[in-house]
Amino acid sequence: MDVLQLAISGLANGCVYGLIALGFVLIYKATEAVNFAQGDFMMLGAFITLGLTNAEFMGLPFWIAVPIAIAIMAAFGYLLDMLVLRRMFGQSQIAVVMLTIALGFVLRFVAGTIWGHEPKSLESPIAGLDVRFGGLVLGLDEISVIIVTVLLTIVLYLYFNRTKLGIAMQAASQNQLAAYYMGIPVKRVHSMIWALAGAVAAIAGVLFASKGSIDPSTGLLGIKAFAAAVIGGFGSLPGALLGGVIVGLIEPFASYYIAAGYSQVMPYLLLFLILVFRPHGILAQIHRKKV
Amino acid sequence: MRTVFKTSYDADINLFRHGQQAAWYIALLVLAVALPFLLGTFWLGEMTNVLIWAIAGMGLMVLVGQTGQASLGHAAFLAIGCYANVLLQDPVGLPFVLSFPLAGLIAGVAGTLIAMPMSQLHGIYLGIGTLALAILTDDLIVIAEPLTNGVVGLIPPTISIFGVTIDRYMTPDRFYWLVLVVAIAVILIYRNLLRTPLGRSFSAVRDSEVSARAMGVNVARTKAVSFGMSTAITGLAGALMGHFAGVFNNETFNLVISIQLLLMIVIGGLGTIHGAFFGAFVVALLPQAIAISRDVVGALLGGGAVAIPGLESAIFGALLILFILFEPMGIYGRWFKIRTYFELFPFYRRDMFRRQKSYLKTERMR
Repeated sequence: MDVLQLAISGLANGCVYGLIALGFVLIYKATEAVNFAQGDFMMLGAFITLGLTNAEFMGLPFWIAVPIAIAIMAAFGYLLDMLVLRRMFGQSQIAVVMLTIALGFVLRFVAGTIWGHEPKSLESPIAGLDVRFGGLVLGLDEISVIIVTVLLTIVLYLYFNRTKLGIAMQAASQNQLAAYYMGIPVKRVHSMIWALAGAVAAIAGVLFASKGSIDPSTGLLGIKAFAAAVIGGFGSLPGALLGGVIVGLIEPFASYYIAAGYSQVMPYLLLFLILVFRPHGILAQIHRKKV
Repeated sequence: MRTVFKTSYDADINLFRHGQQAAWYIALLVLAVALPFLLGTFWLGEMTNVLIWAIAGMGLMVLVGQTGQASLGHAAFLAIGCYANVLLQDPVGLPFVLSFPLAGLIAGVAGTLIAMPMSQLHGIYLGIGTLALAILTDDLIVIAEPLTNGVVGLIPPTISIFGVTIDRYMTPDRFYWLVLVVAIAVILIYRNLLRTPLGRSFSAVRDSEVSARAMGVNVARTKAVSFGMSTAITGLAGALMGHFAGVFNNETFNLVISIQLLLMIVIGGLGTIHGAFFGAFVVALLPQAIAISRDVVGALLGGGAVAIPGLESAIFGALLILFILFEPMGIYGRWFKIRTYFELFPFYRRDMFRRQKSYLKTERMR
């Protein structure tokens, strides 16, 4: 029973990591930019929802607040690409990395100034309820995280394979020049990818905030999601989720079976081993460039 | 503008381009040496801090500016240098004169060992690997408690070089001179490194790995050597930082320090020694600048000083965003442009330093 309980909570955490990692990978695949602020996007999405729902702020109903927050984050992502990141086109990856790290600092400050630095919890209808299966007690929040992640994955899969815009995004990520020749507005597609990443981050933020409290430095969770993305294989959407789930599962089991102090090292140790022995992740999509 | 008429092959690799330049740097050196007589204890401490950050910045600059490899985990090597230096002095009993270079050596060897398996990685993967390293180091220091005293931390002993005691608080001027000597030594090593074949191969790897390989540069080895040199210098800075801080634990060298170090050299100007120093001034003096401006604003508004948590890193982040967008060459780049403007006076053109239009450089096959 313990094992199952641990697995479910690990899976729920892993899904959040996976969703953040998904944001990284979406952006990386399409624009080759690495968005280190993705964790902070998640934090911002969670705080916007919190600001709209919680009684002390706007007090809107939860189900109205969530779509608004997703829309705000999508718009934020779109504008960010249009106004800031488009100027970085053609510069080295590292420059973009540093830009997004700096952006993370700024976002943390903004969120802290607006909503305060103390941990806050989202007044969501799924928080704190239990579901019983036989002898198993599971949090409704954990189960809904898993269900929403699965649904979101299916939606994204269909979107990328069935819709015109999704295929245009794939094309733009595979070969920008060729996509441009085919009449795809590559710049706008890039901005849309950022919007999509913002929306996914907002969903991840809502899910994470329903599971526990959030504060402005929650965004540092993005580092774990980053590890997840690398473990799964940067540049592979299923890999991101797989990596997220692996990291999520390792954590509770490591803290259960291994002495404290050693357990939190495990995800990074795995990351290290993956980088050394399988540098491009489990589901590798990237190969060495040949001349 | 002064045109140097080259009369020998050495003119290309001389330390100074012409006598006037050398004179300026000597004047700067004299000023730096005389600083303890000009400044009070507090500002001397701040200047020492600037120098230590500049040494650490030069360490990272070798890797990022010269070889083009990003490391997000250099705080790990600050920590290694710091702990090695103190542990070699206290339980082992070596004098500072030996423990200090050994600390750099240990950090360098550690860096090389870590870089060797990771030298196949490029760009972002190396960044993530080093990021993980920084987090692991934090945890490892706690785990290795018998040696490192865990979260309680260690207190570095007073330095004694051939009978002269140097303490951060008792004799701040001596400590400043010690740091200055180390900084100058590092500058000379760095400057000379750039003139060697090794330094040239660093630049080749930075500009294009593929063409570096085609020119016969062993890319993996160059990266590992660069990492080792970078971490050795950073280790020296870490050892000084430990003595400067007075007490340190696993939190002293956290992830934020690594990131701050990286952002610092970008603000300063990538690929130049000047950049490390300009960046160090920004990082080390920004908290003071904020504190002073806060007092001024508080006095103007008639109220007490207002404390805004997180303001420092937010200003830092905003500065960095502005620099990356509008002046990718950093403070040094801006200074260089201003200088060129006056040197060429009526003939400066706006597009002189215009970035070449480039397309997305891809590292992947599909």
